[in-house]
Amino acid sequence: MSKRVGIEVSIAIAEAVGLARAEVIPAYPITPQTHIVEHLSEMVANGELDAEFIPVESEHAAMSCCCGSSAAGARTFTSSSSQGLSLMSEILYIPSTMRLPIVMVVANRALSAPISIWNDHQDIMVQRDIGWIQTFAENGQEAVDLTLHAFRVAEDRNVSLPFIVNIDGFTLSHVIEPIELPDQEDVDKFLPPFKPRYKLDPRRPITMGPVGIPEVYTEAKVAHDMAMKKAKRYILKAWDEFAEIFGRKYNPVESYRTEDAEILLVTMGSISETAMTAVDAMRDEGQKVGLLRIRLWRPFPSQEFRKAIGKAKVLAVIDRCLPPGAVCGPVGAEIRSLLYKIPGAPKIFSFVAGLGGRDVTVARFKEIVDKARQFAKKRPRELYEVIGVREK
Amino acid sequence: MANSDAIVGWKTITFGCHILEPGNAANFRTGDWRSQRPVTDKEKCIKCGMCWVYCPDMAYSQDEEGYFVANMEYCKGCGICAHECPKDAITMVPEEG
Repeated sequence: MSKRVGIEVSIAIAEAVGLARAEVIPAYPITPQTHIVEHLSEMVANGELDAEFIPVESEHAAMSCCCGSSAAGARTFTSSSSQGLSLMSEILYIPSTMRLPIVMVVANRALSAPISIWNDHQDIMVQRDIGWIQTFAENGQEAVDLTLHAFRVAEDRNVSLPFIVNIDGFTLSHVIEPIELPDQEDVDKFLPPFKPRYKLDPRRPITMGPVGIPEVYTEAKVAHDMAMKKAKRYILKAWDEFAEIFGRKYNPVESYRTEDAEILLVTMGSISETAMTAVDAMRDEGQKVGLLRIRLWRPFPSQEFRKAIGKAKVLAVIDRCLPPGAVCGPVGAEIRSLLYKIPGAPKIFSFVAGLGGRDVTVARFKEIVDKARQFAKKRPRELYEVIGVREK
Repeated sequence: MANSDAIVGWKTITFGCHILEPGNAANFRTGDWRSQRPVTDKEKCIKCGMCWVYCPDMAYSQDEEGYFVANMEYCKGCGICAHECPKDAITMVPEEG
C-alpha cells in the first residue's frame, strides 16, 4: 500500500527517483536543489538504491555525464537550478536532438545579478528552447507524480526525449507537505525498464552526435520538432495510465472556476494555489473570475489551451520572468502569439510578478484582475505591467 | 560536399541523427574542398610508408609498384605527409582550376 507521509518535497522527489529505479545520477549541488541530490547520494551510499551517483565537478560536467550514461542505455536523472542550469546550457541542446531521455528536476530560482537564491522562473525561461519536454508542478504531490510521469514519457520509444520537471525553489523544494509515496510494485507497473532504441555498445558500434552539414541540419531539427509535437499524445496517455494506477489525474492545462468566467488568470507553478484562493475570494464578491494553469509548457498544449479559454473575454497572463527590452514575458508572448487574429479571441494582458522570491499574494492577484479589467476598457500604454514594483 | 545519398528528408533522417553504419565516411567524397595536393617524387620515394602512417584521414594506399598514393576523394591537403616524409619526396602543390 502507498503511504501518506509528512515529508520535505525535495526528499519526496528523491524517493520518487529511487522508486523509479534510476541507474545513473550525475549531479552537482546548488541551492535550492541540494536536498534532492543530497538525499539521492545518501540512498546510494546506504545501499538503498542500486545506482551510480557521480559527484561531478560542475553542472556542465553533470549534463555531459548524463548524455553519456543515457546514450549507454542507463536510466539517468539529475537536478539543478539557476546559475547551475545556466552552466549546463551548452549541453542542454544536445540530448534533445539526439533523443536521449534524461530526466531532470529543476528547482526554479532567479538569476544573478543581483545575487538571488530565491524563486522565480527566469532560470528555466533562459532554457525555454532547449527542446526538452517541460512540466510545472503546483505542489509537493504533483512534484512527485510528475517526476514518475517524466521517466515514463521520456523513455517511451515513441517519444525518446529528455524531460524537465519544474518545481518552485523553496516554495516547493523546502516545504514539508503530506505526500502519498506510491508502492514500488505500482511504480514498476507504471514504469517498465528502460529499453532504448539505440545505445552505445561496442558489440554494435554506432556514432551519436556527428556533424550536421548544411544539407542535413535543418532536417535533423525538424525531426526533433516533429518528435516534440508527436510527444503530446504520449504525455496525455501516460497521465491517463498514471490515473488508473495511482488515482490522480493530470491535464496539460487545468481550469479552475472557469465556467461563465469573463476574466481568466493564467499561471504556472506554485503561485497557482494562491491564485485559486484569490479566485475564490473574488467569486465570493460576485466577480466572474477563473484560473487557467499551464502544467505542460513544452510541447505547448495549443489545442487544450484554446479550448480551456471558453468564452472568457480577458486573459491576465502572469510571468515570473522579466526579459529586459522584450515585448513582454515569455508566457505572455506565447499566448498572444497563439491567439493572434483568432476570431473572438480574448484580450490578453501581460503581467510580471513574483521575481526573486517576492510573494504573489491574494491581494496582488486581485490587483492584477482589477488592472486587466481597466485595460480591457482603456488600452494600456505599455505592453506589460510589473506588479508590486515600488516607484520611490 | 556530400554525395546524394546523404540528402534525406526529415522523415527518413536517422533517429537522433545517429550514424548506424560504422566507418561510412568512406561512402562520401570528403576532400573536394582541398586547396593543395601532395605530389610524390618517385625518384626520391623509398616506399617507407610514413605518409600512410601519418595521414589523419587514411587517404593513402599502396599501388601495385609499392608506392603510396593519396586518394584525392578523401585527401584534404593538410600537408602532414609532406612534413613527415623523411626523404622530402612529397611536395604540396596548389589546386588550380
